[in-house]
Amino acid sequence: MNWIFLQVKNPITDVSSAGSYLPIAIQLIFAVLFIAAMMGLTHWLGPKRNTADKLENFASGIESHGDARQPMAIKYFLVAILFVLFDVEVIFFYPYAVNFRQLGWEGFFAVLMFVGFFLAGFFYIIKKGALNWED
Amino acid sequence: MLLAIDWLLLLEKLVLIVIIVSVSLVIAMYETYAERKIAAFMQDRRGPNRAGPFGLLQPLADGGKLFFKEEIIPNTSNKFLFILGPCLAMMTAMMTSAVIPWGGTVAVFGRSVSLQIADINIGILFVFGVVSMGVYGIMIGGWASNNKFSLLAALRGASQMISYELAMGLSLIALLMMTGSLRLSVIVDQQMTSGVWNVVYQPLGFLIFLVCAFAECNRTPFDLPEAENELNFGYHQEYSSMKLGFYLFAEYINMFISSVIMATLYFGGYDIPFVNEAALIAKGNNWIQWIGPLVLIIKVGFFIFLFMWVRWTIPRFRYDQLMNLGWKKLIPLALLNMVLTGALVLWLKK
Repeated sequence: MNWIFLQVKNPITDVSSAGSYLPIAIQLIFAVLFIAAMMGLTHWLGPKRNTADKLENFASGIESHGDARQPMAIKYFLVAILFVLFDVEVIFFYPYAVNFRQLGWEGFFAVLMFVGFFLAGFFYIIKKGALNWED
Repeated sequence: MLLAIDWLLLLEKLVLIVIIVSVSLVIAMYETYAERKIAAFMQDRRGPNRAGPFGLLQPLADGGKLFFKEEIIPNTSNKFLFILGPCLAMMTAMMTSAVIPWGGTVAVFGRSVSLQIADINIGILFVFGVVSMGVYGIMIGGWASNNKFSLLAALRGASQMISYELAMGLSLIALLMMTGSLRLSVIVDQQMTSGVWNVVYQPLGFLIFLVCAFAECNRTPFDLPEAENELNFGYHQEYSSMKLGFYLFAEYINMFISSVIMATLYFGGYDIPFVNEAALIAKGNNWIQWIGPLVLIIKVGFFIFLFMWVRWTIPRFRYDQLMNLGWKKLIPLALLNMVLTGALVLWLKK
């Protein structure tokens, strides 16, 4: 910690310093304490009259059948995997967007090529029917 | 070793944090009131009008009630995750306000105080990072309940949120090409000095961002995780007491924060329209800095009204329609917007 705070005059207001994240840490501690206090308070204030019927899973009044954690439609997992793939590609655009003016036309055409790759993958998953929700 | 820290500055930040978090909590509370009043207005009813004048104390009564409700943890659920879910949802909702510039620099007791908690240089990326943590709150809560409705709702919610995050990220890139910075304070400053809000340059980008914000906040017409006619109550169906309160609060805080983000990125943030603040401050009118946050709140109020207006106007999408809109329409549109923006900026500059 020492080197972070001694290098520059006021690290909290200096954007290039890691010290500028310090207020976020304070806010995190504040949020955690606030949530813990609230949870503790409601736990302490609320009535505790549990019965076996009350603690059962709610299924609109009918008896619940079996465990909920059964195999789910694969579509949801497919969407999750595709999100990871495409989000990584989107993240690559961010450094380009920030330095976009300095890179000029040359950088633009390079990124255009990357957009081409992005679209190739995109059309592939659409043609494969990965995003069709009705079989 | 710790002498190098400006303790007064830290104290100032702590006070600012307490004020901003409290304000966002109060606004979240009164959003529920506004929602009910606006719904009532649109359906030709009166809405809450018993607790206090015009029913203004209704949110306090609703909030207070949550403290005195019995906590129920279903016996088939995973107890630790069941409690962690709403806490995580609330925490992510409380963290996003840290990087938003709520105003310029104001003078308090002779100190010049910046109305931004942390002016970090990755500003908007921090917001995105924290917002995507919100998926865990929904997913953990829905899974830990061990209820079929909750689990299905959580799966729907999670895949909806991640799908729209893609288009949201892409629409933002076009804006970042214009600003060249991820710092929210710089983005607002640019709009203040030029006097032209970013929405003028990025109308399509704003529209995509707005639609994605609706989907990220699980608001109608994208409130599939809470489709009560199919899923009873959604992912928080087994919750009671303040744990349910946290989920609902987190949702309203997220709505507030996304309104603030839209106002900051596309509508000039705390910039007062048709007023040159820099010239007035140079003449010694420092009070103008206090007007900025109020102007921001007015802009945010408009967006919150828009959220509610849409909720009581447009019916819910089907799930396949929602996914088609997100993946097959918004993503290509956002990419097109990005490429067009890039080409136009480079062409007009050279």
